[in-house]
Amino acid sequence: MSRILKDPRLLLLIAIVAAVITGLGADQMNLYYRGVIIDIGIAIILAVSLNLINGHTGQFSLGHAGFMSVGAYVSAMITLAAQKSMGADALAWMFLPALLVGGLVAALAGLLVGIPSLRLRGDYLAIVTLGFGEIIRVIFQNVEAAGGASGLSGIPRMTGLTWTFILAAIAVYVVGCLVNSTYGRGFIAVHDDEVAASSMGLNPTRYKVTAFVIGAFFAGIAGGLFAHHKTTINPQVFDFMKSFEVVVMVILGGMGRTGGVILAAIILTLAPEFLRAVAEYRMIIYALLIIFLMIARPQGLFHFGRKRKPLTH
Amino acid sequence: MKPESLLLATFASLFGILSLTGCKSGDGSTIKVGEFASLTGKEKTFGMSSHEGTELAFEEINKAGGVLGKQIELLTEDNQSKAGEPANIVNKLISRDGVVAILGEVASSRSLEAAPIAQEAKIPMISPASTNPKVTEVGDYIFRVCFIDPFQGTVMANFAINTLKVKKVAILTDAKSDYSKGLAKYFKEQFTKNSGVITSELDYNGSDKDFKAQLTTIKGAAPDAVFIPGYYTDVALIAIQAQEIGLSIPLFGGDGWESENLLQVAGKAIEGHYFSTHCSPEDTSLKMTSFVAAYKAKYNKTPDAMAALGYDSAYVLAEAIKRAGTTEGPKLRDAIAATKDFEGVTGKFSLNEKRDAVKSAAILQIKDGKFKFLETIAP
Amino acid sequence: MNEISQQLVNGLALGSVYALIAIGYTMVYGVLRFINFAHGDVFMLGSFAGFYLAPQIAKWFPLPSWGGWVAVMAATMIICAIIGIVIELLAYRPLRNRPKLTVLITAIGVSLLIQYTCQHQAFFGASQKAFPPLLPSGNFSLGGLSFNTTQFVVLGVTLVLLAALTFIVKKTRIGMAMRAVSHNSAAASLMGISNSFIISFTFGLGSALAGAGGILYGMTYTGIEPLMGVSVGLKAFVAAVLGGIGNLPGAALGGLLLGIVETYAGGMSGVSTYRDGIAFAILILILIFKPTGLLGSKQIEKV
Repeated sequence: MSRILKDPRLLLLIAIVAAVITGLGADQMNLYYRGVIIDIGIAIILAVSLNLINGHTGQFSLGHAGFMSVGAYVSAMITLAAQKSMGADALAWMFLPALLVGGLVAALAGLLVGIPSLRLRGDYLAIVTLGFGEIIRVIFQNVEAAGGASGLSGIPRMTGLTWTFILAAIAVYVVGCLVNSTYGRGFIAVHDDEVAASSMGLNPTRYKVTAFVIGAFFAGIAGGLFAHHKTTINPQVFDFMKSFEVVVMVILGGMGRTGGVILAAIILTLAPEFLRAVAEYRMIIYALLIIFLMIARPQGLFHFGRKRKPLTH
Repeated sequence: MKPESLLLATFASLFGILSLTGCKSGDGSTIKVGEFASLTGKEKTFGMSSHEGTELAFEEINKAGGVLGKQIELLTEDNQSKAGEPANIVNKLISRDGVVAILGEVASSRSLEAAPIAQEAKIPMISPASTNPKVTEVGDYIFRVCFIDPFQGTVMANFAINTLKVKKVAILTDAKSDYSKGLAKYFKEQFTKNSGVITSELDYNGSDKDFKAQLTTIKGAAPDAVFIPGYYTDVALIAIQAQEIGLSIPLFGGDGWESENLLQVAGKAIEGHYFSTHCSPEDTSLKMTSFVAAYKAKYNKTPDAMAALGYDSAYVLAEAIKRAGTTEGPKLRDAIAATKDFEGVTGKFSLNEKRDAVKSAAILQIKDGKFKFLETIAP
Repeated sequence: MNEISQQLVNGLALGSVYALIAIGYTMVYGVLRFINFAHGDVFMLGSFAGFYLAPQIAKWFPLPSWGGWVAVMAATMIICAIIGIVIELLAYRPLRNRPKLTVLITAIGVSLLIQYTCQHQAFFGASQKAFPPLLPSGNFSLGGLSFNTTQFVVLGVTLVLLAALTFIVKKTRIGMAMRAVSHNSAAASLMGISNSFIISFTFGLGSALAGAGGILYGMTYTGIEPLMGVSVGLKAFVAAVLGGIGNLPGAALGGLLLGIVETYAGGMSGVSTYRDGIAFAILILILIFKPTGLLGSKQIEKV
């Protein structure tokens, strides 16, 4: 039995089946709960993809919302254009392709951001990624085809429970396999000590860029899901605060621990719903949480997954 | 990685089970009305204003006996000026709290997010102050009690031509605000149609502080006036800096200017300039004076346009419920759509077939540190 | 031609404020090798300190007046210095030996904490406030260009503070200690320098400058609100990097340059919308092509 639990491919299958079954019951589901659960799925994809960049490879990216926005805009523009020329039934088939194209363009953006960033370390990298995130936002604000400051609205509501969780499961699977493979050991080597890794014959450049590209791809998918869930997007949605919210999930979950990050994503998406009474203090609580975590428990709140040495220098 | 996917599957199923227990609450003794607004965050000032107006209105209505013999219960939720929140909130209000109608929002982008949900659920939604034409285009259950950007832009263009009598105007837009860009677009259309000339079009980013660069360029092209369709926070600084670089031509803008804060921050620099809005605080009609008095008594400050619109949206809904004799979606919708010659605080208006309010705009001028009524422009 | 010169004047005035804040960033980076994200918010606190102090100080020195202005500046600078030192003690000192990323994240946390707490009704509230006039100000024309007296004050104060700072760093013992710590903190402590004291001192000094920047900014732009430190802080950081992080005159130069470039861009139709992105574009270009900045020196990464 434990052998079954240890095989990632089997687990992926179980997750997909569970997603499909739950999805079948989704139509009976209360709209509100369904909406929040989809939000959770999207958050999981974002957190796991950022975790690959921040946690596993140790590069600090503050511009994740930028990749998300690329995926959101590209997929939305595709479905909006398709909506004009297709009937409703044909349109449903466009959803997945639109998401994928969005993800791929986001991956391209990841490549463009990743390449110049490789020479920079730590704090500089953080600021540069923040800068790229802002530049992407400013660009969308000025492109009329993307709606400019008004953004896009009337996006067909095609994000369902089933697809969100299937994609989430795939994201977790891909990132997890990547990290646990021999290739993936390279990520951790780069994280732990770049100079040592390169003297061992690994090319840190390649790993860092790969992390960015894959992380950006999934962020783009999450963005596409978001756009077709909320039906309207504009440049203000994907600002630094959005990037930071995902960063908080990764930090809370313990950088590098996939399980912890998933749990953190769930909790941080649900919490605001329960805490509506104290909504005005939410950001203050987040900020205090971050400071507290960094000082008292930098390895994050959760200890799931593979045991790892805490970050040393 | 092993336990993670399992975790995923477990949670997915858990929620599947949990959610089947969700149901509409409500014992029928009150009429539930939902409101979503930005009570915190960047647009807090507008959100709080419209909420206060709405709250005051329902308080008065309930004191007078309620509607259809029942009291109205206002369920307000804060969307923190964030995108992504209105969807969750409106879903919650409709499916979990069982409201019969939705009031909100001031910002068009957030109204656009919520509207499709209300439309699909066949729950009428009335926006107090969203001016983007697209909002009511979402569907026939979506209404608004304010005029739309094309109208306001046209009003200001006509004002420039007929009252200010200027032929050359520069436009300074807030690039981050779709309201500002929309207003600028319609102004330009109407102004140039009447052989006006736009000398320059420049942008700034909302909450920028330095506008000297743009103002200097504007000054260089020697226009007769500058159209600034932005929000009062930026307009105050623009006015001050315009004065500093010696730009002494008239400045005019839209309802985003309306706030006491504009007078406080800009002081003398804003003296003599103009803007359009929904109603004039100097209006001596009984409705306006009693509204202002009631608002001052409850909240200790003078109401602004958002508060007045929030107030009107609540009354429009209440009237419609009375006329329909029921809170059933389709019948209520029809009643709201039939709103004609409604005497609101923001003027007398009807809802047209596009479900937008047809009403006059008031042009105000700042004189002696106060907003003074100049003229009304009818549609 | 007139317009170009006018924009230059505008740019220099804007750039002076960036310069003052950039100097603070660069000083802290030089000594601690980390970007104090919360620096921009200390600048904001300086503005608000001035806002709340002015009516109190007006009881002794009627405002607007030179005497009153000096009093407000001095009081604000001291308050901000204390704030800076306290932040370092509480949030950064416990992380002295941790990886830089941890401290960076903490700095972001501190920055957000300050911003959102100040936005709350119980504190400053989110709406814009009118900064009171501290100095008699007037607009005047000279050779076809429009000036405002405040612009000269800002430029003047920036130069004076920069000169004072350079004097401290180059000619005093404590300045020498600061340079020693920024060069090699281990060796400095072996030479009897208390790293902790120098770090606190540096934070205090940098924060005082940010506070001064806050007052000057309030005098120039009048409208202040709790989130004003965000974009100014970020741009000042870009200025510090542009000039060469760790280099004081570089920070000043970077600030002035950035102010000028931004102003020219802001005045051009079609480009003005991208104004926000320009600072970031400059940052990225500098980091790619000349990471040491215009005046900075190479830093070798030791294995």
